[in-house]
Amino acid sequence: MAPLLKVDDLHVSFATDDGLVRAVDGMTLSLEPGEIVAVVGESGSGKSVTALTVMGLTRGPNVSFGGSIEYKDEDLLNAPDERLRRVRGAEIAMIFQDPMTSLNPVMRVGDQIAEQVLAHEDVPKDEATERAVQMLDRVGIPRARDRASNYPHEFSGGMRQRVMIAMALSCDPSILIADEPSTALDVTIQAQILERLRELRHTANAGIILVTHDLGVVADIADRVLVMYAGRIVEQGTLDEVFYNPQHPYTWGLLGSITRLDIPPPPRLPSISGAPPSLAARPEGCHFRPRCPHEFDKCTEDPPLEPRAGDSRTHCDRCWLSPEDKQARRYVSEDQIGLEAKGAIA
Amino acid sequence: MARFAVRRIGQMLVVMFAVSVLTFLIFNVIPGGDPALRMAGKQPDPGQLKIIREEWGFDEPVYVQYEETMKKVFTADLVSYSTQQDVIQEIWRRAPRTFALALGAAILWMVFSIALGVFTAIRAGQFSDRFLTVLALIGISMPVFWIGALMNYYIGFKWGILPNGGYVPITEDPWEWFKHLLMPWAALSILFIGVYSRILRSNVLDTMNDDFVRTARAKGLPERQVFLKHVLRNSLIPIVTLWGLDFGAVLGGGAILTETVFDLQGVGQYAAESVDQLDVPPVLAITMFGAFFIVLLNTVVDILYAALDPRIRLN
Repeated sequence: MAPLLKVDDLHVSFATDDGLVRAVDGMTLSLEPGEIVAVVGESGSGKSVTALTVMGLTRGPNVSFGGSIEYKDEDLLNAPDERLRRVRGAEIAMIFQDPMTSLNPVMRVGDQIAEQVLAHEDVPKDEATERAVQMLDRVGIPRARDRASNYPHEFSGGMRQRVMIAMALSCDPSILIADEPSTALDVTIQAQILERLRELRHTANAGIILVTHDLGVVADIADRVLVMYAGRIVEQGTLDEVFYNPQHPYTWGLLGSITRLDIPPPPRLPSISGAPPSLAARPEGCHFRPRCPHEFDKCTEDPPLEPRAGDSRTHCDRCWLSPEDKQARRYVSEDQIGLEAKGAIA
Repeated sequence: MARFAVRRIGQMLVVMFAVSVLTFLIFNVIPGGDPALRMAGKQPDPGQLKIIREEWGFDEPVYVQYEETMKKVFTADLVSYSTQQDVIQEIWRRAPRTFALALGAAILWMVFSIALGVFTAIRAGQFSDRFLTVLALIGISMPVFWIGALMNYYIGFKWGILPNGGYVPITEDPWEWFKHLLMPWAALSILFIGVYSRILRSNVLDTMNDDFVRTARAKGLPERQVFLKHVLRNSLIPIVTLWGLDFGAVLGGGAILTETVFDLQGVGQYAAESVDQLDVPPVLAITMFGAFFIVLLNTVVDILYAALDPRIRLN
């Protein structure tokens, strides 16, 4: 079966006063129906830009693109604006990070959902309104009929995110892009929202791209994981491959910075030392090099994204270390994967 | 809603009372404020002054004078000290002129402000935006008495396109009414258009970056709908507030310069003339008239604001 979405060698650059910012620098991704792919990375790694670019929402006078985005064999990257508009919301829907600000404060939520239905389907207004009520009901908003005429400020954060999800699903999209859907919510609500996403994958057979920096969320629901750093994928594979056999030191660092309840807490929560490079001026070779304690001669050369671990064809990474070295170096203590601060090893 | 109305009416009474007391007191303490002196002519003899004072009650204590004057305000017996005209009647005669000026100008400046604000926001950073921005700044910087005089001289006098000054009631001749008001409307609007369009421009630019606008685009709404229903609707809220307040001020006779330059003989011009004569009764009545409209429009703005922004509650 052909993938729903194929992003191939995507480049997105913004021309700024400080020079060309390569926000996404060769991103490849494919998504099958019913699959949940997580894109993880810290702020500025290019994950949100990738998501927005798929939606055509990064288009602008100072932006240049390269590569391709294909949705059901249709080129989206070069599609005319009007075509993209019809895809947005109807075929590919998106939910955003902050439900507090992502809804129009002066419009009733029912109208905000109905508006989307009307933009894509030739139905009478009351049918669209009826659909809005149904959608609100489906995402678990009690008394949906009454609540549809409420304004966003009359909902709690979790309820608003449900409204966002109801809105995103109102036209039955085949792809849902969730950009940090649970980040702004407290943990119990987070779990409920993730449950909705999981449900959606089963009932609608939609493909979901989950953009997040929360590895806990990823472990919870993702099938495959892409780890992004400085605009590029540094490691990708199935959930198990990436979580149990991580190959890239950056992934080790991410995994190491999760607080764990099953082992005694360290005196200080580990973090990855240093800051991500400026996307306008990145280091030669491996971009993670300046922050990596395992850096060696080879690292000044650009490591291609390849299957290096040897466990599967789909498990790829960008690190020159040998699989054996990686195996040996990724543990900072027994049973704990992590990354030492740069300089600590040498 | 009832509580809101009661509170607002109470507020209005308090404001009007305070304003009247202040006005009365100010005119009692300023030098040359003694009305008897001015009534008595150039070289008054003490006997005459005494008679005037007794006749008009100027020898009474201030609070008694205030009380007497306020009684006259409400029984419409108030008479000007300098012209002996019936003040309420005079305001009544002039109010339609002021209302016509205020209403027309308010519509004009709102329409042009929205058009200009939206246009410059969409073209932000381009030449047309910069050009119109400079134009708006010039508009803000031009005083009404100057631009009004220029218009009067060129359009009214030299080229004779429009009548320079005066007023014709709409009931008499609507076309002449319109022609007489065109220049005052324009002169009064220029400043407001400059200010409002700048505010709207920055509101629109701010709102365009809001998350919910991104959501609207992600929903696949046509760009036009994104702009009108999501960007503009939210950007207009502060402008509407401002508009209500300024409209109230002009309605209450605040456009003194415009009315005077174009000799509209509205309430504002009456205020200017009366202050010039230190004529307390009309000044007092006009001040209360103005305060009434300002508080009234404040209330209207609050109601509008609550209607436009559901997050605001009236109570």
